[in-house]
Amino acid sequence: MSSVRCVALCRFFFQGDQTIKALDHVDLEIDEREFVCLSGPSGSGKTTLLNAIGGLDKPTSGEVWVAGKRIDTLGKSELANMRLHQIGFVFQAYNLIPVLTARENIEFVMQVQGVDPEQRRRRSMSILGEVGMDDMEDRRPAQLSGGQQQRVAVARAIVSKPAMVLADEPTANLDSVTAEHLMDLFVRLNETHDTTFVISTHDQRVMSYARRLIGMVDGRIVTDEAH
Amino acid sequence: MRVDNITLSLAWRNLWRHPRRTWLTVGAMVFSNILLVFMISLQFGMYRVMYDNSLSLITGHLQVQAEGYIDEPRMRSTVPAAGGLANALRQAMPANNVAVRAMAFALVSSAERSLGVQVVGVQPSYEPDVSNLPGLVKQGRFLKASDERAAVIGSSLSRNLKVGLGDELTLFGSGRDGSFAAGIANVVGIFESGSNDIDRSFMQIPLTEFQEVFFMGDQGHSIVVMTPDLFELEPAMSTIRSIVDADGLVVHDWDELQPGLRQSVQADMASAWFMYAVLIVLVAFSVLNTQLMSVLDRTREFGIVMALGLAPIRLGRLVFLETGIMAGLGLLLGVAAGSAVVSWFGFHGFTYPGLEEMSARFNLPGRIYPSASFASLIWGPSVVFLACLAAAIYPAAKLLRLQPVAAMRAA
Repeated sequence: MSSVRCVALCRFFFQGDQTIKALDHVDLEIDEREFVCLSGPSGSGKTTLLNAIGGLDKPTSGEVWVAGKRIDTLGKSELANMRLHQIGFVFQAYNLIPVLTARENIEFVMQVQGVDPEQRRRRSMSILGEVGMDDMEDRRPAQLSGGQQQRVAVARAIVSKPAMVLADEPTANLDSVTAEHLMDLFVRLNETHDTTFVISTHDQRVMSYARRLIGMVDGRIVTDEAH
Repeated sequence: MRVDNITLSLAWRNLWRHPRRTWLTVGAMVFSNILLVFMISLQFGMYRVMYDNSLSLITGHLQVQAEGYIDEPRMRSTVPAAGGLANALRQAMPANNVAVRAMAFALVSSAERSLGVQVVGVQPSYEPDVSNLPGLVKQGRFLKASDERAAVIGSSLSRNLKVGLGDELTLFGSGRDGSFAAGIANVVGIFESGSNDIDRSFMQIPLTEFQEVFFMGDQGHSIVVMTPDLFELEPAMSTIRSIVDADGLVVHDWDELQPGLRQSVQADMASAWFMYAVLIVLVAFSVLNTQLMSVLDRTREFGIVMALGLAPIRLGRLVFLETGIMAGLGLLLGVAAGSAVVSWFGFHGFTYPGLEEMSARFNLPGRIYPSASFASLIWGPSVVFLACLAAAIYPAAKLLRLQPVAAMRAA
């Protein structure tokens, strides 16, 4: 069963008389447990495609299906619920909640899901250990380096074991060693937890981890090959 | 509204990200709540003084009268054996003050002039307990039980009749039985009530004298009762009803006896409420400003938590919760500080330059004592609380329209 299916997906932005085609009739199917990288130059539509798949942005036209359910017609609350239970996000800018500690940031999604406190704590401590942050649980984002924040963000994305992780340039602000650790972690999770990964990147090192590489230019998929 | 730990935790921490902003907003709420608690308590205290002074001049809290006398005060509509009945009431209600009165219109003549006057027969021993008019005698003295042919009159009446202390007045009128009534009284006191109507047209003589002149026998026109609390009349009324079981007698409370009084207080209240409403609206706008700023500051964060799966409605709750915490703090601190201020002034009294001198002229207390009650302490702060929550509707509604991607792009 496919994890993601996009049919004639378009996302246009209008600036005065100009129409910017961020996604231009994209057809895409991603199966469960795939490890996919979206590559392409800036403005090619990688982030817009991830946003559309994650229900963060409404397409101008076309269809988006996630786990067998069409999501482009859902309301805000239904989309939020879908993201809460099925998708983990890793953003380029980490996007941690500044008033919460590292552990609380990781527990946030579980807390919204209603997981009981004991289980939340056990899982968050375990995942902190997995990303090598177990001694920094009480630090707030401002007290962490970029790499540490990204590891917390990754831990937050995967802690509730989502079916799919969408990562937008996850290594863009990381040094090469940290980036390598992060990608190793993604691969391990993909293999052990059967999590589908869709990663947008410019980074050749990241692309080398992909088992399927999709190239985009001007909002269109120009290459799609197994790697 | 279901509030989970994460919403509460986020709300609390968000508030203390900008402690100065939070405290300034809470401070505005506290200030307005203190002001409201004090002003409303002072207002209630002033109304109590207004009621007391207005009712203790003539009306009293309750009156026993013949049925129909209130609408058509005829000489023949009397309370029989009024003195005995008043004694019975005094015995049954020791905490209440009781006095008999009788009233008639008469032509009162001095050596130079004649005027129509309301002549009131009073019990000199008991009248000071139900009326503050005896305390308003500025020249001479009030009536004594032993007085014969004595009268106290208003200051304007004394001027109009051109009489002073010791001068003789002649009364001409109709007796209870319709016969010609005439009497003589010497002025022993002149009062200044502060009411021109009363000072111009009132004359008091001993009840026994009145009964003799106007052929009243042992009858009176009303038995005036002053209770310990003018808002707790029901116990006294039911006691009086159980004693006054004769046909044709009724008990009226002050609201029936002086119907304009409550309306004038309510009219004053309405104008005060308008002022309070302006204050509350100002506080609500300050909260609206704070919360709107706070929401705009955190647009990106809201986008993040929406991306993570928090439904927009829960973000709305978060804003309401933050506002509720601030308004709750404002309410608690405001009521506590307001209560302290009211307690202090309730003990020491509130005055301002000139009030004591002015009040003394009308036999009024020179200080106003705020009247603290559950309503005066809670009403204003509760409305502030609700107004603050209402002010959070717009910022919360803005969140419902937020798009995660656009929000995350916000600086």
